Amino acid sequence: MSSLLRLATAGSVDDGKSTLVGRLLYDTKSVLADQLDAVQRASVDRGLSTPDLSLLVDGLRSEREQGITIDVAYRYFATPKRSFVLADTPGHVQYTRNTVTGASTAQLAVLLVDARKGVVEQTRRHAAVLALLGVPRLVLAVNKVDLIGYDEAAFTVIAKEFAAHAASLGYSEGSVLAIPVSALVGDNVATRSDNTPWYTGPTLLEHLENVPVAPDPHEAPFRFPVQYVIRPRTPEYPDYRGYAGQIAAGTVRPGDEVVVLPRGLRTTVERVDTADGQLEEAGAGSSVTVLLADDLDIARGDLIASAADRPEVTDEFTAALCWLSTKSLQAGARVLVKHGARTVQAMVEELNSRFDEQALSIVDGPDSLELNEIGSVKLRLSEEIPVDDYATSARTGAFLVIDPKDGDTLAAGLVGERFSALGGSEQE
Amino acid sequence: MTTLEAATDAARDNLIALESEAIHIFREVAGEFDRPVILFSGGKDSTLLLHLAIKAFWPAPVPFPLLHVDTGHNFEEVIDFRDRVVEKYGLRLVVAHVQDWIDDGRLVERPDGTRNPLQTQPLLDTITEHKFDAVFGGGRRDEERARAKERIFSLRNAFGQWEPRRQRPELWNLYNGRHRPGEHVRVFPLSNWTEADVWNYIAREGVDLPSIYYAHKRKVYRRDGMWLTEGPWGGPREGEKVEELTVRYRTVGDGSCTGAVESTASTVEDVIAEVQASRLTERGATRADDRLSEAAMEDRKREGYF
Repeated sequence: MSSLLRLATAGSVDDGKSTLVGRLLYDTKSVLADQLDAVQRASVDRGLSTPDLSLLVDGLRSEREQGITIDVAYRYFATPKRSFVLADTPGHVQYTRNTVTGASTAQLAVLLVDARKGVVEQTRRHAAVLALLGVPRLVLAVNKVDLIGYDEAAFTVIAKEFAAHAASLGYSEGSVLAIPVSALVGDNVATRSDNTPWYTGPTLLEHLENVPVAPDPHEAPFRFPVQYVIRPRTPEYPDYRGYAGQIAAGTVRPGDEVVVLPRGLRTTVERVDTADGQLEEAGAGSSVTVLLADDLDIARGDLIASAADRPEVTDEFTAALCWLSTKSLQAGARVLVKHGARTVQAMVEELNSRFDEQALSIVDGPDSLELNEIGSVKLRLSEEIPVDDYATSARTGAFLVIDPKDGDTLAAGLVGERFSALGGSEQE
Repeated sequence: MTTLEAATDAARDNLIALESEAIHIFREVAGEFDRPVILFSGGKDSTLLLHLAIKAFWPAPVPFPLLHVDTGHNFEEVIDFRDRVVEKYGLRLVVAHVQDWIDDGRLVERPDGTRNPLQTQPLLDTITEHKFDAVFGGGRRDEERARAKERIFSLRNAFGQWEPRRQRPELWNLYNGRHRPGEHVRVFPLSNWTEADVWNYIAREGVDLPSIYYAHKRKVYRRDGMWLTEGPWGGPREGEKVEELTVRYRTVGDGSCTGAVESTASTVEDVIAEVQASRLTERGATRADDRLSEAAMEDRKREGYF
């Protein structure tokens, strides 16, 4: 079992997300005395009778003044079983931008709904974005159950409605769990509540501690973007030439047959090095240095891949773009694509379709893509690069779209026809 | 497997993931920037940064120089340590002395004698002078609320300022280091580490630290709820009683505003036990500069502080 779980939260305004995150920090004793003192002082200043736990996580002064959250914030808590990195994504403004950011690294997402309102439009939109980004597991936290008198029937209706929606997005029954909680009171967050005797599942924290993390792509074919060439040229290491990077997928062992892309040079792995010594095997997520049997001309941006199962090398592909900029996108736009350790020039040849998140349907041939919209496009690159479909290898199917003029990040890109992941929406 | 063993395994796997992430970030900067520099004070976070940089490029030497903004209010043990490390690894160290800025009138000493806020100008001037385009810092998101929203690659404008609205979304492990001439990027490889992670890693790797991080006897006096020590920055005021206590430092900054904590933790294992039991964040416990106001850190970041 992996000991680190990366998760993201998502919810609409006033669903009590900051309070839930504050509650998780508080109940895992990740809030220390001086932070709690500050919250208590601030709560008294605001005329509140109990400490407002949401103040633990509302970071910037402008947010505290307006009582809102404006950007993704990262929180850290730990139990003896696991450490958690939580991307706390705000629910209202720029929600796609923030949800996409949080979801890109999340192994699980906690979606919040208000028990009095149930599944709302924004819940469906958030779930669609999480499905698009391939977040493997969802938790629906049905919050404020205290305000509906801990009514089992009402909870069941919400849980069933969400399960049906998640299933339409491709989530299996076992990958989605609904939990009745009250972040304010603490019901079923870290401690089982006596108020919901009818609920027999785990508390939120128990679930986070025990949920199997999506299998690291150990089974997947080896993918290794070369970040940097290590050539000491010191008296001790006059001829050392190692290729440094972080394994994006699969595993590597000395003796493995590999191919260096995009040029397609075949060779064998001679050694897998780290500062702590040579490794017998290294897997996805490890930062290592690979030494090859042949003296090849390899540079930053090349990809070392399994010779038996190599990615496609192409200068043209279809991709989903989550548009994150206020500058709109039109067909014909010239952009930069950063994929792995390689940045190339590109042109958006066609805007094929747009995901209408209001109607949860697909709109063909849009004129433009605007901030927070998700579109399917055809990209042409100035040179060939090795790409995987995002669905089979996320780390080598993901890319950034960058504005060549000012360097801004314009979009999150996912290689392949991703809209099929949005399920039966087209028939609606 | 006992609970304790499981917890130990969990902590170790977590450290492996954090180390790989930090090494990836160092290599990414080496690949994309022309003139990176590591902020290095000799404190524990910057010592850890350097340790990770050495591992990232091994067996080649670290391809960046170090930069220390020296307030002149230093703990002798830390400066000795800094110089020993530079010597041992054959590194190049650039020092910006705050005193030089005060001497030629670019900065004015504050009435309270604290020099931490005076570091910003020398830092920005030195970045400009040396045309540094990526500046590694040891900042962590768990330190303070304004830092919880900090990016790993944090874009600074030509005035060195952090603009919350211009920060780029960070997706997957793809970092965008593009910047315009005159701008630079602050890079925080320890973003996802907690104080407990830092100490557990220091223990695992046997990282050497300045002696003041461990319990020692020291003459201290109480001010604003903190144990301060006498030094070039001044000493006790009238009515402030000097006592000799067994203390250690959890953070090391400008001597005038860095407080010691009472502690008998004399080994790294003792410190880990103490951190786990501690009920105060390290900044809240020991840094007067963050106590100035609820939004103190946010304001200083906007001005171009670390």
